[in-house]
Amino acid sequence: MSSDHQSSENVSARPAVQIDGVTKSFGNTPALEPCWMKIKRGEFLTLLGPSGCGKTTLLNLIAGFLEADNGELFLGEDLVTQVPPHKREIGIVFQNYALFPHKTVAQNVEYGLRTRGVPKEESRARVKEALSLVKLENFADRKPRQMSGGQQQRVALARALVIRPRVLLLDEPFSALDRNLRVSMQIELKEIQTKLGLTTIFVTHDQNEALSMSDRIAVMSRGRVRHVGSPQEIYEHPKDLFVATFVGDTNLFRARIESSEGRTRLDIGGRKVEISSEQKEPRDLPSAVIVAARPEQCSLTSVESPDAIPATVAVVVYQGSYVELYLECEAAVHGRIMMRDVSKSFFHIGDKVGIRLATKGLNIFGSEQEIG
Amino acid sequence: MKKAFSDHLLDWSGRLLVLLILIFIALPFIVVFIVSFNDSSVVEFPPKHWSLRWYFNAFSYEDFVKGLRNSLMVAAVGSAISLIVGAMFAFVFNRYEFSIRRPLHAILMSPLIVPNFTIGLGALLLAKGIFVPRSFGLLVLVHVMVTLPFVVRGVSVSLQNFNQAYERAAESLGASPWYILITLTMPLLLPGLISGWLFAAVLSFNEFSASLFVANLRNQTLPIAMYNYVREYADPTLAALAVLYVVTSAAVLTVLHVFFRLEKVLNVE
Ligand SMILES: Nc1ncnc2c1ncn2[C@@H]1O[C@H](COP(=O)(O)OP(=O)(O)OP(=O)(O)O)[C@@H](O)[C@H]1O
Ligand SMILES: [Mg+2]
Repeated sequence: MSSDHQSSENVSARPAVQIDGVTKSFGNTPALEPCWMKIKRGEFLTLLGPSGCGKTTLLNLIAGFLEADNGELFLGEDLVTQVPPHKREIGIVFQNYALFPHKTVAQNVEYGLRTRGVPKEESRARVKEALSLVKLENFADRKPRQMSGGQQQRVALARALVIRPRVLLLDEPFSALDRNLRVSMQIELKEIQTKLGLTTIFVTHDQNEALSMSDRIAVMSRGRVRHVGSPQEIYEHPKDLFVATFVGDTNLFRARIESSEGRTRLDIGGRKVEISSEQKEPRDLPSAVIVAARPEQCSLTSVESPDAIPATVAVVVYQGSYVELYLECEAAVHGRIMMRDVSKSFFHIGDKVGIRLATKGLNIFGSEQEIG
Repeated sequence: MKKAFSDHLLDWSGRLLVLLILIFIALPFIVVFIVSFNDSSVVEFPPKHWSLRWYFNAFSYEDFVKGLRNSLMVAAVGSAISLIVGAMFAFVFNRYEFSIRRPLHAILMSPLIVPNFTIGLGALLLAKGIFVPRSFGLLVLVHVMVTLPFVVRGVSVSLQNFNQAYERAAESLGASPWYILITLTMPLLLPGLISGWLFAAVLSFNEFSASLFVANLRNQTLPIAMYNYVREYADPTLAALAVLYVVTSAAVLTVLHVFFRLEKVLNVE
């Protein structure tokens, strides 16, 4: 199905989608601050962010359902800022499927071929191909309401794919499905997307979905793209405190930086913690900072050890393969931190423990930064 | 579980009440029905001799035949215009926000509270003022005004239930606005459009008080012809006509019902 795209891939210098300073306001409220982004051919990009951060707005701008206030939008070589949606050749999958209720599955899938005047024979073959891609060959004559949510969403996917879109847009496509089905649909979509080499923009507010499926993630908040990067970059080197706290679990500690003789130390609640020098340049930071440590970067130790941050066990949650511990800690920004104890040692509420931070991979932010 | 005596009493008195109400509603028609077969030219109850002569009379009385034809014409043209204009207004009200939206909506819906004879009188005076004669066109115009609110209401409800994501999906699939209108919006709104149109047609067919002001002798509608008849004669022809009226209405209602089943055939949720 992707053969059309591949031939143009070699000659094209531009990315599949290029967003150049696009903005959008509704009345006086900005829904999207100036946005720059390039999405490569065949890339799976996820827009991730809390509700109301402008994900759908950005998607609708790309699809053409909204008109940008400023900026320009390219699809491949073409400037499409002023092009109406029905001429953009974009495939869209909506959260509520939006299958045409009076048409059969096959007619739904065929719709985009009809509008293009594809000959009957070819059309029939392509509908069949698309339906087999989503494993629904035997459902061609059903009406949408005779199918389950997952099946309906697969029809919607087939309908969007059959036109061989330049870009596939999906707006929280699986959020109406239960967890098991959601996971299997994620895998299926990823397989199809890889097989077709399809440029895909996927909207979700589910970070696990974003981390597991994406080539790159764009984390958004309040109409701004905060950080674009691979899942690993986003998780391990978040650009700011918002990204650090929004993606994955994070413990935040108030700290002071002390540099002497080329070595950098953190002072967290009076305890000195060594950190490796590959860390972000400390002189860019004020002396009062916030240290972000993932639960796996925290380990338990005796409260007496000199580099341990003192804490008290507050809640113990048994999770099967590990035990989740919530600790009260004065040095923590929210007064509380979370860690996972794989050894499942017996802790009791009220136990005094020490927390030792990993020396590598900690993220340090200026403390005046906004916390998500 | 055993019911208390008072519950029984309530139960039976309730049933009796419902029965009485039903009889009360049906009674006038039953009387008219019986009278229509009365052989005597004086309305009497109960009739002594039976005959179908008043039915033949109704069919052969020229004013009724002409009136029926006029009524059907006015209802057909009026409800068609009402449907098109009303659907368009409903669409605009549903999709667009503009400064005169509210006042415009209020004006269009005002025939719901303004009595029909006021509308007829107003139309007559206005037509006189601008030297427009009482004509078929004027009659149709008044009927459109009277039926428009019902069409706008009906279509608005269907539009509110219409998911705009369908249109967006179609747009992304390369459909032009016209193609979307024809392949999606219209078929999905069809039940609403049909019921709005039928409602307008029935209202228009029965309309009397506004028509009285703007119809002339040549284009008088059936209700006006009946009114004129009853002012001159007192025989049971009108009873016969009334029976025909009711039977026809029932037939139309049955067709309507079939149409609402059609909704399921069309697979519209
Ligand atoms: N048509 C509109 N008119 C006015 N404001 C709007 C409109 N559409 C969106 N907004 C506002 O723009 C902001 C961004 O909305 P958007 O729908 O893009 O959020 P989102 O990230 O998709 O959220 P969610 O995860 O809840 O879908 C919100 O504050 C929203 O209230
Ligand atoms: Mg959204």
